[in-house]
Amino acid sequence: MTNPSQSLIIKMVSRTLAAFIQVFGLYVIIHGHYSPGGGFQGGALLAAGVLLIRMTEGREASQPTLATAIATPLASLGAVIFAGLGVVILFFGGNYMDYGAVPVPGMEPAMIRYYGILIVEVGIGLAVMTGLVSIFDDMVRTNRQSGPDLGKGGLS
Amino acid sequence: MKMSKGKKLLGFASLLALTVLLLVAVDSLPKRGLPDAPAHQVINAAGNPGAGAYFIRSAYEDAATPNMVTVVLGDYRSFDTLGEVVVVFAAAIACYLILRRREDEEK
Repeated sequence: MTNPSQSLIIKMVSRTLAAFIQVFGLYVIIHGHYSPGGGFQGGALLAAGVLLIRMTEGREASQPTLATAIATPLASLGAVIFAGLGVVILFFGGNYMDYGAVPVPGMEPAMIRYYGILIVEVGIGLAVMTGLVSIFDDMVRTNRQSGPDLGKGGLS
Repeated sequence: MKMSKGKKLLGFASLLALTVLLLVAVDSLPKRGLPDAPAHQVINAAGNPGAGAYFIRSAYEDAATPNMVTVVLGDYRSFDTLGEVVVVFAAAIACYLILRRREDEEK
């Protein structure tokens, strides 16, 4: 599955589509305050864009899009952005995830909450996108010598 | 394994009865968006302030965000959303620990 597709049509169509899917994913995350959407939906769309390239161009050729080695650390970073924001608020004396407790000069509590939600959504988007890509890369194995010895190494 | 005709009929009949029961239950729920529904009361049946009415009334004032679903997910119930992210992250970590092939065992 992670071997490159042979069809030129599939390659060109997926290359074109992936860019639009990812732009739409960013839109869904950033516009989540005003329209349906948010971190989960946008993160899934961003992951779909990466995985489309993964499936058609092969795993090796698609590494520059999002390398397997950095996908899992980025998923951790996304989760840490979310959980860490709550911990930061604790230091300002508020309850966990009570964004309004952070004193930002020249900003009313409602706007602080607005930006708190935005930071959280970006963290969710990052964690979901890279988490899904990481799961895909772990579960789908490249068979360089495809053929009868498939799975001979086992899980070891 | 072959099921006898009587058993099959019995299974089908009980399935049909269950379907009717569920449809009746759904039909007797309050209509969607009905203002008199118990879930939409400012003071609910137990005498406490209802959460739904509070969210609808003050979501915009509290967070300056027109989409109140985002406010509920990202602010009022952000602890729940944190749990959802941790579920996705735990799945990724589990796949990483169990399935990923490291360089030294590539052969």
